[in-house]
Amino acid sequence: MEVKINVNGRVITDSVDADMLLMDFLRKHGCYSVKCGCETTNCGLCTVLMDDVPVLSCSVLAARAAGHKIMTLEGLQEEAKEFIGFIANQGAEQCGFCNPGFIVNTIALLRENPNPTDDEIRAFLVGNLCRCSGYDGQLRGIRDFLNFRNSRKE
Amino acid sequence: MAERNFKVVGKGHRKKDSEQLLLGKPLFVDDITTGQGTLVVKLLRSPHPNAIVEDINTAVAKKLPGIVAVYTWQDVPQERFAIAGQTYPEPSPYDRLILDRHVRFVGDPVAIIAGETEKAVDAAMKVIKVKYEVLEPVLDYHTAKDNPVLVHPEDNWKASLPVGGDNKRNMVAAEEHTHGDVDAVFATCDHIIEHKFHIRAVQQTMMETFRAYTEIDRYGRLHVISSTQIVFHLRRILSHALGIPKSKIRTEKPRIGGGFGAKQTAVNEVYPAFVTWMTKRPAKIIYSRKECQICGSPRHEMEVSVRLGAMQDGTIRGIHVYTLSNSGAYGEHGPTTVHLSGTKPIPLYTGNLEAYRFNTEVVYTNLQAAGAYRGYGAPQGIFAVESCVNELAEKIGMDPTEIRLKNMVREGMIMHAYYGETCNACALDRCMERAKELFKWDEKYPVRDMGNGKVRTAGVAMAMQGSCISNLDVGSATLKLSDDGTYNLIHGAADMGTGSDTILAQMVAECMDCEPDDVAVLSADTDYSPYDSGSYASSTTYITGKATELACEKLKKEICHVAAGMLGCDEEEMEFAGKEVKRIGTDQSVSLKDISYKLQLNSNDSGTVTVSHSSPVSPPPYMVGMVEIELDKLTGKVDILNYQSVVDCGTVINPKLARIQTEGGIAQGIGMALMENVTYVNGKPLEESFMQYKIPSRQDVGVLRTEFEQSYEPTGPFGAKSIGEVVINTPAPALAHAIYRATGTWFRDLPILPEHIVFGKQPFYDKD
Amino acid sequence: MLTIKNYVRAQSLDEAYELNQKKTACVMGGMMWLRMTGRTVMTMIDLCGLGLNKIEETETEFSIGAMVTLRQLETHPGLNAYTKGCMKKAVQDIVGIQFRNGATVGGSIYGRFGFSDVVTVFQAMDTYVEMHKGGIIPLAEFVKKPYDRDILVRIIVKKQPLAISYQAMRIQRTDFPVLTCAVSKLGDEYRAAIGARPSVAALIRDTEGILAAGINDDSAEKFAAAVAAAAKTDSNSRGSAEYRTHLAKVLTQRATLEIGGQL
Repeated sequence: MEVKINVNGRVITDSVDADMLLMDFLRKHGCYSVKCGCETTNCGLCTVLMDDVPVLSCSVLAARAAGHKIMTLEGLQEEAKEFIGFIANQGAEQCGFCNPGFIVNTIALLRENPNPTDDEIRAFLVGNLCRCSGYDGQLRGIRDFLNFRNSRKE
Repeated sequence: MAERNFKVVGKGHRKKDSEQLLLGKPLFVDDITTGQGTLVVKLLRSPHPNAIVEDINTAVAKKLPGIVAVYTWQDVPQERFAIAGQTYPEPSPYDRLILDRHVRFVGDPVAIIAGETEKAVDAAMKVIKVKYEVLEPVLDYHTAKDNPVLVHPEDNWKASLPVGGDNKRNMVAAEEHTHGDVDAVFATCDHIIEHKFHIRAVQQTMMETFRAYTEIDRYGRLHVISSTQIVFHLRRILSHALGIPKSKIRTEKPRIGGGFGAKQTAVNEVYPAFVTWMTKRPAKIIYSRKECQICGSPRHEMEVSVRLGAMQDGTIRGIHVYTLSNSGAYGEHGPTTVHLSGTKPIPLYTGNLEAYRFNTEVVYTNLQAAGAYRGYGAPQGIFAVESCVNELAEKIGMDPTEIRLKNMVREGMIMHAYYGETCNACALDRCMERAKELFKWDEKYPVRDMGNGKVRTAGVAMAMQGSCISNLDVGSATLKLSDDGTYNLIHGAADMGTGSDTILAQMVAECMDCEPDDVAVLSADTDYSPYDSGSYASSTTYITGKATELACEKLKKEICHVAAGMLGCDEEEMEFAGKEVKRIGTDQSVSLKDISYKLQLNSNDSGTVTVSHSSPVSPPPYMVGMVEIELDKLTGKVDILNYQSVVDCGTVINPKLARIQTEGGIAQGIGMALMENVTYVNGKPLEESFMQYKIPSRQDVGVLRTEFEQSYEPTGPFGAKSIGEVVINTPAPALAHAIYRATGTWFRDLPILPEHIVFGKQPFYDKD
Repeated sequence: MLTIKNYVRAQSLDEAYELNQKKTACVMGGMMWLRMTGRTVMTMIDLCGLGLNKIEETETEFSIGAMVTLRQLETHPGLNAYTKGCMKKAVQDIVGIQFRNGATVGGSIYGRFGFSDVVTVFQAMDTYVEMHKGGIIPLAEFVKKPYDRDILVRIIVKKQPLAISYQAMRIQRTDFPVLTCAVSKLGDEYRAAIGARPSVAALIRDTEGILAAGINDDSAEKFAAAVAAAAKTDSNSRGSAEYRTHLAKVLTQRATLEIGGQL
């Protein structure tokens, strides 16, 4: 079947199988930031924004995404650049394999709640597993960014 | 402690690849091997734990559209090999074939299927008909030794080293070490603490599953791009497995999505390599999470029996550790992991130790083969011994931090239970004092009733590890002066996300008086890199780091030599000064840039040095971990409030990265202690997905606090020791301790689940 | 691996219903669980174009479309005001926000999954399921019905006076629960829903009137004991039947005391 999906601001038209996953569609079209870490919806590595809402692209059919607006980290580079340096300063990127899903979901968090508490950050990002960092470094990086941003506003 | 002032070492530089990683750039195996025509490789696996393939019919599968090849045991070389990433000759037995007619665990491969698309391969998988002769399996490792059922009855099983293995007895290895007369010591002790502990075959669960890409390069050689920690060992393993010379193979790794030891074993590279070698077409295998869970390379399940003899005043005089290790169906890392279950916990108590005994048995069973996982046997032994020390403290009414301060190893002591090495650099005592202060131990340790069935309390443990495999591991560094006075560092260790490429660049920058940005790093490619054993045994900082430091010294001499030639003077007159080389006692100098251009003009000098390094010792890093929990006595739920680590890894090369190493290890240790379960049904792990095998989320780990107490290790680069593995060892015993404080029950089988806490017993180890 | 031959975005409920009469057809919710079944579906019916992704609140009821996501439940002010935050509490530990942005209430309820926090919390309210052909039936009745080929259209919650508490026990924070428990006072009736037994949430009413004279430590304990006795439990990898029965009592007692504070 033919689908038209707006990926990072560009409409992609492609013929897909009915069971093609959005994750595979995105990688096929060059969005290699989208990673697969499990087959059971548990890891959060494949997180993308669908109509600005973070979803697991492993659990969305390309067919269902037809007509929708998808953003992957490839299309969110500028927004990511605002804060990734603070994660890097903690060394919390580590292996980097979970980073795209984590960064995309952090963008979703900060759009929805520009000044989250530590507990709100943990709760929003809980579906993003990471085996390297122990998580606290990621939290410190986001906290440092928020402190920096808030101090600039004052 | 020797005080040293460094300019670049000791600073929290960002990882050199951080921006690329955080922006999701294509850096991993599957991102950079996207060419057309790559065959999808998958494996048909045995549903039986022990069976012989009587007949396998692939005719229908081979005819399906898009199927390029289907291989069975009849198609592969019959020479056995080991897939453990270890220095040759490997202690691990040669007990593998690419495909074996005798399948030995649920998940052992029966056929390799290669096709144009995943759908084609999946379809072919369904139509391969296999007739099995199902054999009785050995599923209980307690009865494996001398069991009439042999996991490896074959005659071409081979052990390269005499480590006590015997396939006709289901034995992978056995060893015994003693110092002093431990029985005589026990006979005169006031207290003997004696228990068995059980640690399961927990999974590394790196986020990037096992995967490898293979192709024929422009010279007709096999080019392997793999997510591996061991490029050089991998090349040897493939050479053995395929029966082709190493000159025909190039292995490299791109960025790796985590390893934790899993990728110290060539878990799946042989399959696409075989496909590519046979078909001459590019091929790729990507393990599913399920495959990682049921046919990966997890921690060795161990039963650790401890006898600890002590006096009423808390003096620990004798320790006996006996470890039974379950290697599963194959022997990868079996002989060596078990070794650490004694050599890491026992020397911690060198202080008053009069005698020890440490003996082991490692057996084959028809279960998933184990391998290397961060800590490599130490977490098992340390959980057991540290728990016994805590029990002793509770029994004699002594503060568990005091009993450790009384007995712990200190600088200058000879560690008889650790190869007789002298403890050159050790801040363990300072770690304990500092942890007590930061954690507020005296406030947190008492049991506090919070109402509604909830109590708060704390637990403690300490740990050590090594910094390499002494007299064995080799690290090398090639350092090149580049055109404009910058450097290229080329080495063979594998940065698996830890930041080793960055800390090695920091070392070059420290030595060469430049910035880490002036050092370009290329790592882990067998065609380009000088030899390195690989990234395991905590060795990269200590071994490859030292090689890097030594390479810098050598390159400085070479640079001075070239500069002297340019000035027409003796090289002894020259002094390296960062961006230039000065002629001592004169105003004359030559810039690095000019020197580098001189190397390209009518030159007989290369401006390139390579240094290899090995160490006769493996200096232990040390640490103390303290955990505060809130335990709900009615539901059994344990909430971690905070975890204080104080680590002595010698000089901290990069405090930010060392801290993340620590916290990541603590989180993994928490998972092993409280939730990561492995239960078998008919030989198959029930926890075969992330839906069933639960690793900690960010709401499960509490607040992690990390501090460093530096010591100065004279044999390490800039005084550094290791950090990567020691950090996983303390959570299990510290949590078991805190849970005892809260409940009055010692739990000795991991994970300690809420149900165990509520009922005060565990399924296998409930005898107190 | 889920295999799908045809994907149809239904234009009407009637079309969806007609397509779904074949055994090889399937209605998709969030496709979170479906993907793991490994089945082959000839026609996958997607209801996403039918406007069923809204929560409508009136004076007397909530009408929740089948395609409403768990995240919508979690963040809906009206539902959370009515349930004293229990709607959020019930779903907030389900895997992660991205998962809850995909998983639908229709999928959760239709699936009648044993582990479902969603079924448990709705069981504690005056909840009905509207089926395209089968009409409106109480949730307690629906969960006992065998799977058929009807289409779940929406969930209806009648706004009866409600005091409610939600409790669940999880080993790992985002794991399936070992046991779920919702206790409520609905109008004059006390009830408890116990889920993840591990089978689907059972509704247990205070038929003996243990709490009729009010909630105190003693009556809460008696009610909890009665609920634990009535809720049949079983063993699986997350816990034994014995442990679940124990948890049923502990969580019911805590929940009962909590609603006692709301009254």
